[in-house]
Amino acid sequence: MDSIWNQLVSLGSETWSAAGRSLWFAATSCVISVLICFPLGSLIHFRTFRGKGLLVSVLQSLYCMPTVLVGLIIFSLLSRAGPLGDLGWLFSPKAIIFGQALLISPIMMGLVISAYSGVDKSVTETATSLGASSIQMVIVAVREAKYAMLTMVIIGFSRAISELGISMMVGGNINFYTRTLTTAISLETQKGEIEKAWAMGILLLLIALVINITIYSLQKSGRLKRWGVFRLLLDRIRAWGG
Amino acid sequence: MTFLQISDLCKTYNERSILRGVNLSIDKGYAYAVIGPTGAGKTTLIRLIDLLDTPSSGRILFDGVDVTRSGKSRNSTRRRMALVQQKPIVFKMNVFGNIACGLKWRREQKHAIRSKVDEVLGLVGMGDYRDRDARTLSGGEMQRVAIARALVIEPELLLLDEPTANLDPVSVSKIEDVLAHIIKKRKTTVLMSTHDMPQGQRLADKIAVLINGELLQVGSPNEIFCQPADRKVAEFVGVENILPGTVAGKENELAIINVNGEDIQAITDLAYGENVFVMIRPEDITFTRTRDASSARNVFEGRINKIVPLGPLTRIELDCGMPLLGVVTTRSASEMELTMGSKLFASFKATAIHVIKRA
Repeated sequence: MDSIWNQLVSLGSETWSAAGRSLWFAATSCVISVLICFPLGSLIHFRTFRGKGLLVSVLQSLYCMPTVLVGLIIFSLLSRAGPLGDLGWLFSPKAIIFGQALLISPIMMGLVISAYSGVDKSVTETATSLGASSIQMVIVAVREAKYAMLTMVIIGFSRAISELGISMMVGGNINFYTRTLTTAISLETQKGEIEKAWAMGILLLLIALVINITIYSLQKSGRLKRWGVFRLLLDRIRAWGG
Repeated sequence: MTFLQISDLCKTYNERSILRGVNLSIDKGYAYAVIGPTGAGKTTLIRLIDLLDTPSSGRILFDGVDVTRSGKSRNSTRRRMALVQQKPIVFKMNVFGNIACGLKWRREQKHAIRSKVDEVLGLVGMGDYRDRDARTLSGGEMQRVAIARALVIEPELLLLDEPTANLDPVSVSKIEDVLAHIIKKRKTTVLMSTHDMPQGQRLADKIAVLINGELLQVGSPNEIFCQPADRKVAEFVGVENILPGTVAGKENELAIINVNGEDIQAITDLAYGENVFVMIRPEDITFTRTRDASSARNVFEGRINKIVPLGPLTRIELDCGMPLLGVVTTRSASEMELTMGSKLFASFKATAIHVIKRA
């Protein structure tokens, strides 16, 4: 246990760099996924069309898509012979972000739909009856479901930061370039550096824990109601910056 | 002037017919109440008028324009109306935000929003609740917020779907006061649905009776309650004595109607020999211990079959060759020492009877 603790307090720049990249890749893929899934999920929820139930079922079944399968798909797309081979993204951060976004998109979209489903239909109908346009009505629904939406972001981020298959297969685990905490843990375990792997695992968990506790405390304090999460995070960042 | 014209409106959900050929004309500046039992289709009718649903067939003309299946203009039409739903709905924000949202969506100036919201808050008696979280209010307060939110946009047509259902009597009274004020003072065209008949009578200029998806009668409250057009309407509006009979004699408008061997004198245009229903409201029947205590044309002797106390009133069921239901005050029932099987006289005026043709 002592050796794990020693490893944890003496983690070097390689590990911190991997941790930073884990955060960066997960956050970027999460933002991309939100930008795609939020409007698409809204469309799916608020529009009526044939096969809607089937589409939602397919999305839900994609929640448990193995990361290695996504890695394989991205690899096939980005390899030289693949349809997107000309982009030259294979074994680059872009490939990992692309893969992670693809991995979490079904979850995000499903959770957007699920968050909207939790909003009392009479609330959106009341907005519509008071003359809200479609976009204004969606804003009302988002406000009603903001905690569920926030949970969606947390789950998407957590899934992205904790995946291994994609980062390994399409990132290539290149030090100071595409190595993330999960690929580093895998590598250290294979090298027999179990204590170091444990320390990295704990660091990964701590990162996830800090993010979750921050968001939970924001929710609980009720400040989200007045300020919105992004404004509040901005304030915190400003405060940390001095 | 007809403001809203509903023609042959039908709505079917999952092959179940909810509305069947509803026709209704609503004049500008008047208050209408649609009354009917639960499940009659009142909410469906209100939702169709508010363009939240599309009818299976029929037409809705709003201010002379067919809006039944309006596409892009649907929202602009809807912005001329406001709906208050049965369940008190408030958004996750404070009272001011809730009331202001309709104005914000119409891109009103901030100062105009503030003054309009403050004015309407005063109107519904919630000036002190301006900054309260709307979700922490009681059901009655939430409903007043919902009404204020609808009123602040100054709708040309205010739709109220059972606005006081499931609320306590104090809240109902406050909400009725607000509605009475806007109906009388603002001359807003109002269409409300309710299963509370006295409420419809108190607030509306005209009442429409919707039963089982069919609009059976439209008329003044007096017409609906005293001259129901058919048996279903009569039963719904509380005419408990509906007796089948035949016109057995006629002298000008005064008719003798034979009901179960007893002759009832009533005023009717129906001809000799017609099969009819004789309708008498329980409140129009007077009970006395002696025959000569009443000057009414119709006096029948009978024995009490049933006594049902209803708080301040007591319901009496009398068997006098035909069943007659009436009410007396509980104090009178006690003073008259009414008991089961005791002899009693029931009397009612010929003018208190409504006669309709029986198919």
